[in-house]
Amino acid sequence: MSDGIGARVERKEDKRFITGKGKYTDDIRMDNQAYAAFVRCPVAHAKINGIDSSAAMAMEGVIAVHTGPEMKADEIGDIITGWSITSKDGSPMQCGVWNPMVTTYGRYVGDAVAVVVAETQDIARAAAEVVELDYEELPAVAAADVALTDGAPQVHENVPGNLIFNWEIGDEAKTEAAMAGAHHVTELDITNNRLAPNPMEPRSAVATYDEAEDHYTLYTTSQNPHVARLVLSAFYNVAPEHKLRVIAPDVGGGFGSKIYIYPEELTCLWASMKTGRSVKWTSDRSEAFMTDAHGRDHVTKAKMGFDADGNIVAFHVDTIANIGAYVSLFATATPTYLYGTLWSGTYAMPAIYGTVRAVHTNTVPVDAYRGAGRPEATYMIERMMETASREMGIHPAELRRRNFVKEFPYQTEVILQYDSGDYFKMLDEGEKAADVAGFAARKADSAARGKLRGLGYSTFVEACGIAPSAAVGSLGAAVGLWESCEVRVNPVGTVEVLTGSHSHGQGHETTFAQLVSDRFGIPIDNVQIVHGDTDKVQMGMGTYGSRSGPVGMSAVVKALDKVEEKAKKIAAHTLEASEDDIVIENGEVKVAGTDKKMGWHEVGLAAYIAHNLPEGMEPGLKETAFYDPLNFSFPSGALICEVEVDPDTGVTDIVKFTAVDDFGTIINPNIVEGQVHGGVTQGIGQAMLEQVVYDETGQLITGSYMDYCMPRADDVPSFTLDHTCTPSPLNPLGVKGCGEAGAIGAPPAVINAITDAIGSNDLQMPATPLAVWTALQANKTAMAAE
Amino acid sequence: MYDAKYHKPSSVADAVAALSGAEEGKVLSGGQTLIPTMKQHLAAPSDLVDVRGIDGMSGVTAADGTVTIGAATTHADVASNADVLAHLPGLACLAGGIGDPAVRAMGTIGGSVANNDPAADYPAAVLGLGATVVTDKREIAADDFFQGMFTTALDEGEIITAIRFPVAKKAGYAKLPNPASRYAIAGVFVADTGAGVRVAVTGAGEDGVHRNAALEAALGGDFSADAVEGVAANEDGMMADIHASAAYRAHVVNVLAKRAVQAS
Repeated sequence: MSDGIGARVERKEDKRFITGKGKYTDDIRMDNQAYAAFVRCPVAHAKINGIDSSAAMAMEGVIAVHTGPEMKADEIGDIITGWSITSKDGSPMQCGVWNPMVTTYGRYVGDAVAVVVAETQDIARAAAEVVELDYEELPAVAAADVALTDGAPQVHENVPGNLIFNWEIGDEAKTEAAMAGAHHVTELDITNNRLAPNPMEPRSAVATYDEAEDHYTLYTTSQNPHVARLVLSAFYNVAPEHKLRVIAPDVGGGFGSKIYIYPEELTCLWASMKTGRSVKWTSDRSEAFMTDAHGRDHVTKAKMGFDADGNIVAFHVDTIANIGAYVSLFATATPTYLYGTLWSGTYAMPAIYGTVRAVHTNTVPVDAYRGAGRPEATYMIERMMETASREMGIHPAELRRRNFVKEFPYQTEVILQYDSGDYFKMLDEGEKAADVAGFAARKADSAARGKLRGLGYSTFVEACGIAPSAAVGSLGAAVGLWESCEVRVNPVGTVEVLTGSHSHGQGHETTFAQLVSDRFGIPIDNVQIVHGDTDKVQMGMGTYGSRSGPVGMSAVVKALDKVEEKAKKIAAHTLEASEDDIVIENGEVKVAGTDKKMGWHEVGLAAYIAHNLPEGMEPGLKETAFYDPLNFSFPSGALICEVEVDPDTGVTDIVKFTAVDDFGTIINPNIVEGQVHGGVTQGIGQAMLEQVVYDETGQLITGSYMDYCMPRADDVPSFTLDHTCTPSPLNPLGVKGCGEAGAIGAPPAVINAITDAIGSNDLQMPATPLAVWTALQANKTAMAAE
Repeated sequence: MYDAKYHKPSSVADAVAALSGAEEGKVLSGGQTLIPTMKQHLAAPSDLVDVRGIDGMSGVTAADGTVTIGAATTHADVASNADVLAHLPGLACLAGGIGDPAVRAMGTIGGSVANNDPAADYPAAVLGLGATVVTDKREIAADDFFQGMFTTALDEGEIITAIRFPVAKKAGYAKLPNPASRYAIAGVFVADTGAGVRVAVTGAGEDGVHRNAALEAALGGDFSADAVEGVAANEDGMMADIHASAAYRAHVVNVLAKRAVQAS
């Protein structure tokens, strides 16, 4: 079937997106709709002594102004975190309390203090500007390492020293001993720059309270509407689940930032009850910079020990992770179980140990952002490998090959067991595609033009498909991370797939339909994917961590298995054959080896007409499945970046970027390549362009695109992509996940290329022209001193 | 965005009248700075006086060694104008590198010069070529016009109607764009006017666009890239921000001066 697994079909959803007919939350118009605007804390740390809303209330068109204490009085819950981490001394983590709107202390610039509800968005915003805050500014701290120093400003009274936890993983004694005996030790101080997620569509919510039914409806920009409903119901006390419907319609990108259930969406629900109006809030870009959960922000000291042959003997990591003013939903899992568990990289490391100290600061909460922990791990490991190769005089590809994991499954020293892979093959293919053999000649050509050329590698592995429920439960997760699917075959044979996965750019309407097409031989146009509405799909865990393939699709497969089984029973009964002889192909259900057959649609019709079903069979053709994964899946890749640096200005041009990835089975190469393009572009953004900057007082400097640099088309080359394939043995399709790989693997490839070009390892992200030029000057000075 | 009253006068006199009658009137030309500023609630003019419909405010004329560009002429039109390309290709090149295609389709030379953003491109050309700013009331030499960041010699309610550029023997522009905003981290316009060399620097200085005496002296004797080699990078008065240190900007100014000469 041409629409089946592996087919390069066009995305079904693109017609409505490209023609501007997508239906996003801000496109929703309710009767009786009012608009919310937030009054925000203007400084990084303040005690709010009073809020004067009289001028705002006096404005024509203002309906209400509400504050945090009122929310508290209505018993709306505080914002929760979903994963408990235990410190290495056995003590539980300490988190500051996150009131959805400030009750006493504002703890970052942008912390919501009050909400204005008005007849129009313009009036709401104008009124929010005249709500007067009487506040006392308090000392603030923005940098995580500074927050840990003696005497640093305290972000929360109940979190002494701002330390949320000090977590450890690995075997300390074994690692110290191996490090002591190492022939060579490479050390690096590594900063993983703070990023703002910047989905194209900003966050938005439209909340409606139906007094007659005592029922709430929330349209919102969510990657996981069912989780949102669960949290809003069970923890925030908005309404019991059966009295709350959450709909995430078309969502324009998330990258993690739309996993979380933020104060604004919750406040809209509450305000709809308070005012009796539908309440809409849509973030503008400035608000997004100061309220969407940021990503990354690690400071790390890393040490890697090698024997005389270049084999890794020990790896030691000491990381400080900035969590921001409050602990967001996945904020504690990201720098621990999604980070430390990846420290073995693609290498057989016999001894690993490290700690992560998570720290409160007066900044926007930090949480999972495309890759979530794995980019931080990969950047560190791959920079260590390149630096070590230079220090030891071993070619970076050769050093990697000496240390690659060779046999699978591979049990690392840091919990995870890798499912499958062939790291040698992907690196071989990568070097061929990147024409590494011709690099020396290209470098000479650049030199003749006064330019510096460099080549950088990154051979990464990451963990997708989060995750076995019992396993994550034992590590502190509050929920299970399975996925659900319901497959409905209609009487005419068309199929609806109801999935708990959520598509916000991933193309599920196409790829999930391809699974059905592959199974029953019907065109994908006969398949409808339904998602994102808690009234339609019973329950689901949503989309993040590249889990829609390995977990969401596995649930689809499981439901399809059940449908297929029943369909075959019906066909066998109708065609008077043995069930074992029934085959389904090209939209027909046949008795193998005979000319007896019926159309797929006839099976559907038979199931619902129900005049002639097998004895005891229920009518209908609809099956449900819940799939709980057996393990993470482990995509890997070899990324090779080639740059040319202008030494006069530090301006760096990526002249070639090669990615050879192993995503296991590929459902749609078109969509996978798109994911890699986007991921690598975001990785290049992190490596060269993007950084959230706060000043020492906690003011956000990069509050707009004038200062926060998003990657644009002319910042990236035309990518050279290829794939190898070792299917995951742990899920029915053998898929591994591809959504985050580019963002995970790309940054070290870029930085390794630039440091190769400039001959200095002393470079942090983002490698802006200023940073590269400064590193070049320092290198010149150092060389002159020698 | 706050409400503002929109005027579209057809003559300069009507525009001046509309401005003087307004509580807080602003000239709207391309709106590429003003409108975003209003959207962010950083500006709230009571009246917007759109000068794009004024007869004679748009277009280019060339005669007697000068190129005159109407204040409401868009960057895209300057970049592609045959007279500008023939007489001042460096200026056409500068206009073609401002912002992005959307900005160039809307933004105008008069708006850019009146706003005098310290990182805008046009002020470097106006100052570097020793142009004359023509207003509804008078003519102002470039050396007198730019008076620091976002500050000009324009009086309240005074409207730029045209910029008059003398044709130079050679002129060129080079800039290093800020990766985020694509404004100039530094931009250098060099001109051998026939009566001397002028070097104007935008993007880099704490006080906005300015002339660089050391580069003018070096290039005055020898208008070549090599002549820049011996000029020491001068950090005095250079701006420092998250994108570029003063030392970096000073260094880049010299690099760009060379490239501007090469491009001339």
